[in-house]
Amino acid sequence: MSFIAHLINGISLGSVYALIALGYTMVYGIAKMLNFAHGDVIMIGGYVVFVTVSGMGLNPLLSIIISMAACTVLGVTIERVAYRPLRGASPLAVLITAIGVSYFLQNVALLVFGSDTKAFTNVVTLPNLELFDGQLVIKSVTIVTVIVSIIIMVGLSLFVKKTKIGRAMTAVSEDQGAAQLMGINVNGTIAVTFAIGSSLAAVAGVLLCSAYPSLTPYTGSMPGIKAFVAAVFGGIGSIPGAFIGGILLGVIENLSKAYISSQLADAIVFSILIIVLLVKPTGLLGKKIQEKV
Amino acid sequence: MKKKMLSLVLAGAMTAAMLTGCGSDAGTETSDAGTETSDAGAETSEAATEDTTEESADTAEAAQSSGGTFKIGGIGPLTGGAAVYGIAAMNGSQIAVDEINAAGGINGMTVELNFQDDELDAEKSINAYNALKDWGAQVLDGCVTSACSIAVSAKTAEDQMFQLTPSGSAVECVANDNAFRICFSDPNQGAASAQYIGENGLASKVAVIYDSSDVYSSGIYEKFAAEAANQSFEIVSAGAFTADNKTDFSVQLQQAKDAGAELVFLPIYYTEASLILTQAADMGFDVTFFGCDGLDGILNVENFDTSLAEGVMLLTPFAADATDDLTVKFVTTYNEKYGETPNQFAADGYDVIYTIKAAAEKAGITADMSTEEICAALSQAMTEISVDGLTGEGITWDASGEPTKAPKAVVIKDGVYTAM
Repeated sequence: MSFIAHLINGISLGSVYALIALGYTMVYGIAKMLNFAHGDVIMIGGYVVFVTVSGMGLNPLLSIIISMAACTVLGVTIERVAYRPLRGASPLAVLITAIGVSYFLQNVALLVFGSDTKAFTNVVTLPNLELFDGQLVIKSVTIVTVIVSIIIMVGLSLFVKKTKIGRAMTAVSEDQGAAQLMGINVNGTIAVTFAIGSSLAAVAGVLLCSAYPSLTPYTGSMPGIKAFVAAVFGGIGSIPGAFIGGILLGVIENLSKAYISSQLADAIVFSILIIVLLVKPTGLLGKKIQEKV
Repeated sequence: MKKKMLSLVLAGAMTAAMLTGCGSDAGTETSDAGTETSDAGAETSEAATEDTTEESADTAEAAQSSGGTFKIGGIGPLTGGAAVYGIAAMNGSQIAVDEINAAGGINGMTVELNFQDDELDAEKSINAYNALKDWGAQVLDGCVTSACSIAVSAKTAEDQMFQLTPSGSAVECVANDNAFRICFSDPNQGAASAQYIGENGLASKVAVIYDSSDVYSSGIYEKFAAEAANQSFEIVSAGAFTADNKTDFSVQLQQAKDAGAELVFLPIYYTEASLILTQAADMGFDVTFFGCDGLDGILNVENFDTSLAEGVMLLTPFAADATDDLTVKFVTTYNEKYGETPNQFAADGYDVIYTIKAAAEKAGITADMSTEEICAALSQAMTEISVDGLTGEGITWDASGEPTKAPKAVVIKDGVYTAM
């Protein structure tokens, strides 16, 4: 019974990782850059909901929409100001800029909201699911997070495959120069990618803070890094891979906490990253793209 | 090579000149200069300190006629995850300073308090200490938390500045001869908690959740586990977490639940404890929680559902509802001034100032003594005094810096701390 409970808690943690990893993988898959500021956009999304719900007393659903809008604007602005000028630069320069943006967001939040921990109000007010006379409790926020992750995963896959903008994204991801020659607005397409990725970050932020109700300027950084591991694990760039990687990582983290050592859990999570990179660098579902010379 | 040596010597000479410059400033300069520097201090620190510095500026002017000023520097977290402690200790100290000044000061000297923010960060507490040295602090009231206190105590030992921490409870906080404390040390808290649980028969199966990356938490846990062997209960599960993984406690709680724990001992700070209480309620784990002074402040977490904290017990040397005259007077003043009921950190902060006063009067400190002389005289006097404070009657110290007093416990009932 306790194994099942640990498993469920792992899925609960993993579903949050999956949701964050979807945003990571989306941006990486199309713009071919690691947006390390993604975790911090999540944190900003959480604060927007905190301020609008706890401070202004708005309806949670409305505040999530506001938060998504705010994060979309933020994501597009970051892309325009920090990443677009570096479009032709080496990937390393872009990566370092992303880390810089991440610290910038954390420090802005520190200035605006202070470093006090805010107790987040759970926006998922449905009752918890109790099985076997309350021996096993599945939190409603877990169920909602898993469902939302699946919806987003399916929605994104369809969007990329079926819509015109989606196919433009695929084209840009394969060859930016050729896509431009075919009449695709590369900058516009990448901006749309960031807009979608960031609005997903807002959703992830709300569900992350609802599941673990503490909000600080550093809330997004550790889950962000773990979600990156999840995205690599599942095959970075692959949308279903991010989902599977996230869930598996959460389960592995919780089971190693329970049965190996609660202090080594993080070390185990990151050693997975190393093992995956050594054994199967493309991840579980990643495609091997052959470089044509 | 020669050039390098020369520049080193020159740099050394310059630093030495700067230091001596600062030292003599602190001793001899008039209170006008003191007012100026404390204003500068207020600019860098948070709004919360402004009151203090303004008041001390006022008192500094009044002091010109009498026996000079006695400058006490304070350090604690005024913002951030442990702000509740720092602000309480600062407010408690300020009340004591105001009372002492109204009653004629220490040996005729007016007391000034300048309290700086360290955001619970050891590096920032060193910065705060340096700022206080520039301001001319003669003794240190701090730091409020253990890790910061240890970091700063290395500096105070180097400079020979007397340090009295209100609530730095790690063993190492008072390792140096110039450092003393008001609160219990972690080992004493761990052992006292185990004794309290055992002697009062609170539970027979106890689980522990602690932060293995924090010296405060792991220190208490070790002594608790050692003392538990002599008590009537057994530790059925011990779940550790680290600073990087402190939002999800489902595994530790599940282990405690599976092991049939009747009581969960939480030797941790209140921020994590509030998450643990929330998650325990979510998974339907109904159990008694018992903590140490780190849990004090849980009722002040912004937006936290305080009904979850109902029945939580904690070991604390101070209960606001006690009926002795000293406590009643302190609680009334604190309520009037800051609009809330003081916690034990406020009481610790209050006792720090009165302990410094008692030791300074015993040692006959005067305003023209250097920081080193004050330090030596106070360290000697500390072992000879006995203080009746808010956190204990007849508190005495030995040369190691540890206080001797009796432990008390409180329980949270109807949203307030109630004596048990």
